[in-house]
Amino acid sequence: MTRQLFKLHINDRLHEIEADPGMPLLWVLRDLIGLTGTKYSCGIGACGTCLVHIDGKAVTSCTLPVADAAGRHITTIEGLSDTGDHPVQRAWRDERVPQCGYCQSGQIMAAAALLAETAAPDDNDIDRAMSRVLCRCGTYPRVRRAIQRAAHDQGDAPS
Amino acid sequence: MSGPFDMTRRQFIKLTAATTGGLTLGFTLPGCGRNGATPAGEAVFRPNAWLAISRTRGVTVFLAESEMGQGVMTSIPMLIAEELEVSLDAITIERAPLSEEFGSQSTGGSTSVRQGWDVLRRAGATARMMLIAAAATKWAVPVAECRAENGAVVHAPSGRQFSYRELCDDAARQPVPAEVTLKQPEQFRLIGSNPLPTDCVAKTTGSAIFGIDVNVPGMLVATIRHCPVFGGRLARLDESRARQVPGVRHVVVIESGVAVVADHFWAAKQGADALTIEWDEGPHATLDQGAIFARFAALAESDAGEIVREESAPAAPAVQTLRAVYEAPFQAHATMEPMNCTAYVHDGRCEVWVPTQSPSAAQEVAAAEGLSRPREFLNKLRRKIDRAPLQDVQVNTTLLGGGFGRRLDQDFVAEAVQISKAVGAPVKLIWTREEDIQHDHYRPATYNRLTASLDASGNIVSWEHHIVGDSLGKSSGGATHLPYPMPNFRVRFSQADHPVPVGSWRSVGHSQNGFIVESFIDELAAAARQDPYHFRLKLLAQSPRAAAVTKLAAEKAGWGSTGPGNRHQGIAYASCFGSHVAQVAEVSVDTQGGVRVHRVVCAVDCGIVVNPDTVRAQLEGGIIFGMTATLKGAITIGKGRVQQANFHDFPLLRMDETPLIDVHIVPSTEAPGGIGEVGVPPIAPAIANALYVATGVRVRKLPILPADLITS
Repeated sequence: MTRQLFKLHINDRLHEIEADPGMPLLWVLRDLIGLTGTKYSCGIGACGTCLVHIDGKAVTSCTLPVADAAGRHITTIEGLSDTGDHPVQRAWRDERVPQCGYCQSGQIMAAAALLAETAAPDDNDIDRAMSRVLCRCGTYPRVRRAIQRAAHDQGDAPS
Repeated sequence: MSGPFDMTRRQFIKLTAATTGGLTLGFTLPGCGRNGATPAGEAVFRPNAWLAISRTRGVTVFLAESEMGQGVMTSIPMLIAEELEVSLDAITIERAPLSEEFGSQSTGGSTSVRQGWDVLRRAGATARMMLIAAAATKWAVPVAECRAENGAVVHAPSGRQFSYRELCDDAARQPVPAEVTLKQPEQFRLIGSNPLPTDCVAKTTGSAIFGIDVNVPGMLVATIRHCPVFGGRLARLDESRARQVPGVRHVVVIESGVAVVADHFWAAKQGADALTIEWDEGPHATLDQGAIFARFAALAESDAGEIVREESAPAAPAVQTLRAVYEAPFQAHATMEPMNCTAYVHDGRCEVWVPTQSPSAAQEVAAAEGLSRPREFLNKLRRKIDRAPLQDVQVNTTLLGGGFGRRLDQDFVAEAVQISKAVGAPVKLIWTREEDIQHDHYRPATYNRLTASLDASGNIVSWEHHIVGDSLGKSSGGATHLPYPMPNFRVRFSQADHPVPVGSWRSVGHSQNGFIVESFIDELAAAARQDPYHFRLKLLAQSPRAAAVTKLAAEKAGWGSTGPGNRHQGIAYASCFGSHVAQVAEVSVDTQGGVRVHRVVCAVDCGIVVNPDTVRAQLEGGIIFGMTATLKGAITIGKGRVQQANFHDFPLLRMDETPLIDVHIVPSTEAPGGIGEVGVPPIAPAIANALYVATGVRVRKLPILPADLITS
């Protein structure tokens, strides 16, 4: 477990960090870089709370070794938009989705990745993409509505 | 500071006692509010504990409740802002200090809005009247010509106005009004509306700070391994491999386990994985679920135990008697944010940063563990708090990534403080998910023997419920006071000690007894050959609010219509935390016993509603939380330990299993009821009762598994 130097492209900034190659990206983000918007909950890739985008795909950062993230485009909740106004974030506020809020970074990142791939997801698309992200408060009905709203708003936006 | 606000403590308590019924939410005092960020020497109008107005900061509300998703960061300021006539976004919200004026701070029991309803509106109205009086004095006009509006006092005839910031010095010199006029419901502009929750932007941008996000200069990060067997302890430890993990700084043995302290969490976790620990498993090493329930069953068959409540009255003769046994398992809270606490013990002081439901209890624990102060049992309402042992202990309460009762217990605070004390540095202790699931304070398991008799018309003439478990207080809610007339009524409780720690779990006793009572009521309806909805409605004739929500849920669900395919309905009602809730679940069962809940219709009467959207969100969430315990999993014990460890074997309900949920609120001007917990109790029986219709199988044990529903 010798430390190595890694170049990470996170939210359009380059970070050079030294870490054990097996250290999960989650803890690199949280404890080495100070990006705490991405949360720890299960540590085994079973709850989706720690989702980030790797080259646009939603990936559980708690099981992704930092070595596998190097050289790829990493986006965290902090980098999803400059001002917190990504259509998904706006829809999340319009639908009043968060309760305790702890899983919401993961929910939002999963939803944003879904909409980037499927502009007008149906209920099955939403179930498939979102059932990997657990919420103990039970915000699922609002998560669904917010995704539908964001899809609708995106569809209306001038391209 | 300007002169202290001119109100004696006695006056204030007198003013407030009438409205709180003696529930001592600590009060007042005056004047010298220490408002940290206010420039020295600047006047602060501090009419009461919750509210400060200053020239530079405007209006600050001090929040004494913990935000865990139930919305207190919005609903509590709304109560004050309504009467103060300010907009919600003009308020700065600060966590209330642990000071005498706030009394004991603990958030649980769905009490925040109920306790705050009168008191906080009065706090806002008192300030508003004093601000108006100050402006009227400055203009030398009658008070009646002035009104408060959007953070200012306006003199209507001349159109002049002063902002609250301009008035705070003068307001602080006004006498306290002897009588406070509160707005009438038809005058409300905020109460009953759905403003953007004050924490919503932070929670959608990743900037909300939970306990796990705390960062203190020089901080180390720790994780802990507890003995997996309850009641066990450390026998032997070889820490040599752990110390070789880069970044590991310390291995600390504390009373409850072994902590590895490192530069960051990953190193701490790798260090913990590298420990070689031999546990002395103690006297419970062979305890299992079967033994616990066998003992429960033996006690239930005896006439032992204490009678918790008993009533007897003349009744018509019984024509039939039903007997049944119901079982409820242990349940974990599984908050998405695992237990954590940051502590720094140094120079005779102790500071903690913690997501806790009870900052007061955290302070007490930190004082005892960090500073060896005598432990008083302070965390009791109506108890005079001796603050001396708590000096030098600062508690900073963060947002909570879920509470559900788990964060009423402060075991993780004690640990963080002990570890910081041992290493002499600030330490953030984070439990892994596995430790969190295996060392919870569980919803108590109970074994319940029920006997009830019906007369010829289907009235319940007698009801006896014998509860066996490890906590009377956490297992009797929802059993002792039922809405249905039962002339002969007895609830008995038998204490059965076990080493599995128990705690409060969202809706506490109601979480089990909702299932037990409403399922058995359904059995009685079937025995009386009556429709379960009409059976309830007839029995609830003398309880208009209960009858109304039951009727509303049934009507909105189209009770009695079969719906598409092989869908079946079940109904349940609960009265708890000052509110009334009824739910209709619509389910289908496949040939393998797989249950699909298609739709849940929920009606609630929670009195006057402060924030309707929060009410809906809490009921949606309560139903989903309750569905996890109904259909997904439970905590079981084998070889003295919890057999589940993470979300793969303690699964939570997922998006694709979530039904459509329709929430209907009964309009009301009654005093507010609680809302954070009331969604949970009716869902398990509504589903179980629907499954009975669907399959003919009466399931009397949670969780309901496919094998339970396959009839041979």
